[in-house]
Amino acid sequence: MSIDSLIRFDTDGQVILKVAHVEIGQGILTAIAQIAAEELDVDFARIRVERADTERTPIASTTGSNSIQTAGSAFRQAAADARHLLLAKAAAALEVPVENLAITDGTISDGNNHTTYWALQGGQLFGETEPNIGQPKSPTDYTLVGQSLPRLDLPAKIAGTPSFVHDLELPDMVHGRVIRPPTYAATLATFDEGPAADLPGVLAIICDGSFIGVLAEREEQAEKAAAALRQSARWHPAPLPSSDTLYTDLLAKPSQDFLVVDGVPQDGPVPPIKAPPSAVQTLDATYYRPYHMHAALGPAAAAALWQDDHLKVWSHTQGAYPLRGSLASALGLADEQVRVLHCEGPGCYGHNGADDVALDAALLAHALPGRPVLLKWSRADEHAWEAYGSAMVVKTQASLDVVGQICDWNHDVWSYTHSGRPRPIDGASNLLAARYLADPLPPPTPSPGKGSHGGIHRNADPLYAFARRRVVKHFVPNSPLRTSALRGLGAFANVFAIESFMDELAYAAAADPVEFRLRHLEDPRARAVIEAAATEANWRSGVRGNGRGRGQGLGFAQYKNAKCYVAVVFTVAVDTASGQIHLENAAIAGDAGQIVNPDGLANQLEGGVLQAASWTLKEQVQYGPDGITSRDWETYSVLHFAEIPPVLVKLLDQPGSPSLGSGEAAQGPTPAAIANAVFDAAGVRLRQMPFTPERVGAALREL
Amino acid sequence: MTKVIKLRVNGETHRLDTDPDAPLLQILRNDLGLKAAKFGCGLEQCGACKVLIDGQAVPSCATPVSAVGDAEITTLEGLGTPADLHPLQRAFIAEQAAQCGYCSAGLIIAAKALLDDNPHPTRRDICRALDVHICRCGTHNRIICAIQRAAQEIAL
Repeated sequence: MSIDSLIRFDTDGQVILKVAHVEIGQGILTAIAQIAAEELDVDFARIRVERADTERTPIASTTGSNSIQTAGSAFRQAAADARHLLLAKAAAALEVPVENLAITDGTISDGNNHTTYWALQGGQLFGETEPNIGQPKSPTDYTLVGQSLPRLDLPAKIAGTPSFVHDLELPDMVHGRVIRPPTYAATLATFDEGPAADLPGVLAIICDGSFIGVLAEREEQAEKAAAALRQSARWHPAPLPSSDTLYTDLLAKPSQDFLVVDGVPQDGPVPPIKAPPSAVQTLDATYYRPYHMHAALGPAAAAALWQDDHLKVWSHTQGAYPLRGSLASALGLADEQVRVLHCEGPGCYGHNGADDVALDAALLAHALPGRPVLLKWSRADEHAWEAYGSAMVVKTQASLDVVGQICDWNHDVWSYTHSGRPRPIDGASNLLAARYLADPLPPPTPSPGKGSHGGIHRNADPLYAFARRRVVKHFVPNSPLRTSALRGLGAFANVFAIESFMDELAYAAAADPVEFRLRHLEDPRARAVIEAAATEANWRSGVRGNGRGRGQGLGFAQYKNAKCYVAVVFTVAVDTASGQIHLENAAIAGDAGQIVNPDGLANQLEGGVLQAASWTLKEQVQYGPDGITSRDWETYSVLHFAEIPPVLVKLLDQPGSPSLGSGEAAQGPTPAAIANAVFDAAGVRLRQMPFTPERVGAALREL
Repeated sequence: MTKVIKLRVNGETHRLDTDPDAPLLQILRNDLGLKAAKFGCGLEQCGACKVLIDGQAVPSCATPVSAVGDAEITTLEGLGTPADLHPLQRAFIAEQAAQCGYCSAGLIIAAKALLDDNPHPTRRDICRALDVHICRCGTHNRIICAIQRAAQEIAL
């Protein structure tokens, strides 16, 4: 990418980075600022970051734990190029050879005379430059990269100064609310504007097909009007099935099946399972994850303003450009008529309602051109209407040979799609409200992804060296619930299954689970994180399953078999009377290549482990004929402070090797580590999430 | 129907002509421009909207503005300013005790009430005091460390 598209020098000593990747609490802006400051040799305090804006920043989306690799590399190279060109300019200006010059905090000097980046380049463009003309620094020369510099965005948030889209105050702003049907396919029968229209402050009531919204001068007025409209609306019912049958429903539906080779789905017939002659012991097991929510702490919000047939949207989307294209496509506009400005939101952990609420706001704002609309979803809107992480079933079968080595491995995964992000589509839209308009755009029919470690088959192919493997993806197109990308996508259930089954096989082989993994693992970095986590956790070696109420378990994966390596050891206590699992502590080891910001990386890993622990122990989206019944924090319960274990993080730095994305890397190993620890503690094998006391109790009674 | 309501916030008295049923949170955010407290659920289940009312940390999302009476309200903005942060705020930054930061204001307010009542809380005391709060990013341990760090600093 050109220097100008990423970096600008102003006239008063600052460097402005135009970062299209968005801050979602993962610290990416700080990490990119570190990389740029490092290459430019400027003080970190001189860096200012400009947020994603479709009129100012390059095309990018923040997905798949890719930002540190894609944006990090782009900024490293652009900064190295800028440094090279400015050194040449300085040499010409000072009439000395480049070799005589040194740079200190943006000041270029030969010892006698000096100039600065800002004197040479302030307010000017570089224009077209020779690509990769600058040589990035050697990692051994790093002084900023590798340091735990504090996050640039935290002081404002901790001081409580406005930081989120929810905090926007725009001139002449009004407030909006939307009213949703009881279930996805329910349609509006009748509704009466009257009682709401007469309420104070109400400016407009919008009803387009089955999409209803209201605008009012003040927020509490919009809420009261929305409540009145909700009460008056009558819907043609369209019942949902029940969550009681989610797994039988998933397995009973027709699927499209693909053999996955080296992480990539293949066209053609899927071979049957066939144990080899060397097999002396064959095991099989089935693992289940329910639908999970992103459940952002703040419900989705957006602001929208129409002016002269142009739409401006403030959004906490992960992709300003895909949202712009999707809005344009849903509203019948050209891309140029829509501008999306990124504004931070609560942690999203994937594709939640952030994009949908932007279309809601745009539809309402159209009724009041010239006045910006701030629209916030309610808690129930967020819980019931976001796109969930898909339910999944994984069936495994493997055989051990005479020396206790795995000689055959089979992994069959069933899931609905994990890809429902907005993108411009002819005649369809992934933005929620589009399907309810009088002239509707239905959601597109999901299709199976064929990319390496895509959604369903992400991490389905184990990193272990097995003599034979057969990995099969069963793509099921028709989910009863709306689904899309949730942190880790399919890796969460695939790694849960692989790492639980590795423990089951270790037990069958009468082996220590760590030793058993190492005997199947050639990658030295994979081996190193497993060994490091075991060391940090004071791993008690030996065969598992006899921990007498207290146990240790390990889970491991390299995210997408290509990104951050993570091993997690949980120590748990199981109360056999109540079935309650107490998380006593967790030890994480991570290898994310060259570490840019150690504390930021640790924060991602420990946060990922705790969030995944919450999914594992507590979370499941409940639904029934009347709709989604998990509509608040009581009907969708999460891990609370009193249940949080202390977490220890050990980072294995790899100076000089590429930095690897880590944001989603801890999700998969966590449920397996907990399940394996429970087996060690109580001798019961948990294969269905969430691990509720009832489920643990039932497993204990079967012993 | 609106009504003139007197509200004591961060040491200042405000007179507002407003719907007496309006949630305190919306009045603080929309009328007084105090954006630190956040809407999370409107159901008193997550703690994101907590403010101090006469020193007690209470959710402001479901408290009607008319119910506050003469009580003194303190929001996060009233604890410290960007130039002069409260020890708790400094400790949250020192421990990098946030990811998205949406839960931070409510947690710092709850921690203030806790430390006023119990200047040397154990991990268990902190977890009990914060148990209604939700942090979706998993920064709980950093938050606990930050509160202990602030407790030490305040005690010095």
